[in-house]
Amino acid sequence: MIMSLFNAINISATNLEAQTIRLNTVSSNLANANSVSGSEADTYKPLEPLFAPMLNQAQMGMSNEGAGVKVTAVMESNEPANKEYMPGHPLADEEGFIYTPAVDQAQEAAHMMDASQAYKSSVEAINTTKALIMRTLTIGR
Amino acid sequence: MSGLDKAFGVSPQVLALRTQKLNLLSANIANASTPDYKARDIDFRAAMSTALNESSQLKRTHEQHFDINGATSGAPVKYRVPSQASVDGNTVEMHREHTAFMENAVRYQASANFLDSKIRALRTAIKGE
Repeated sequence: MIMSLFNAINISATNLEAQTIRLNTVSSNLANANSVSGSEADTYKPLEPLFAPMLNQAQMGMSNEGAGVKVTAVMESNEPANKEYMPGHPLADEEGFIYTPAVDQAQEAAHMMDASQAYKSSVEAINTTKALIMRTLTIGR
Repeated sequence: MSGLDKAFGVSPQVLALRTQKLNLLSANIANASTPDYKARDIDFRAAMSTALNESSQLKRTHEQHFDINGATSGAPVKYRVPSQASVDGNTVEMHREHTAFMENAVRYQASANFLDSKIRALRTAIKGE
């Protein structure tokens, strides 16, 4: 039974890791929001983590236990870069265009809020589970 | 069931089911932003009556058969019906999971307290003080 409570801590810990990766991608996207480049191919592509439930080989969704979460991949967005006509810019191509990444700052801010809320929830869950484990250890004292 | 198990009443089964529920609720909270994840939970009343009703459990006809009753399987899991479905197919509703998690934790502690007082009573009886 104690083992199973530890399992709950592990499940919550997977979310801490996943949300940390998500926060990292948000930071990266916001930090690069204004990086200018001279061609579409060189432009920074916004990153997006893909979340999936973490299922063991044995359980495959049929299990009665809970599943954690994992980041299966961090994908580059295929949103086309923003094109701007600025012939005077030092990085402009021969037609006079510069390119900035298609980072939606409002969307990134929303991702950031969601990630930090999810992180807090799992920390709370870990604390509660720890209290329950400590309580279980003192049964019969 | 041996005599000591009877002395503890339903508390051991309650703690096992509460632990399973805690696992599932932790998983729901952890997967709050996973697309297509479906929130899961157990029907505590049904699980409890199954756990207490020994006649509904599978009997072993050979000692080398696996004992699948009890801790190995746990109660059957059901999917939550969302009150407001989200576009990405995720059915986790944070407020519900949080309240369910807290309620489950408090009830777990209550059962632990009951178990504690039963052990204390047994100890008093043994020592005869």
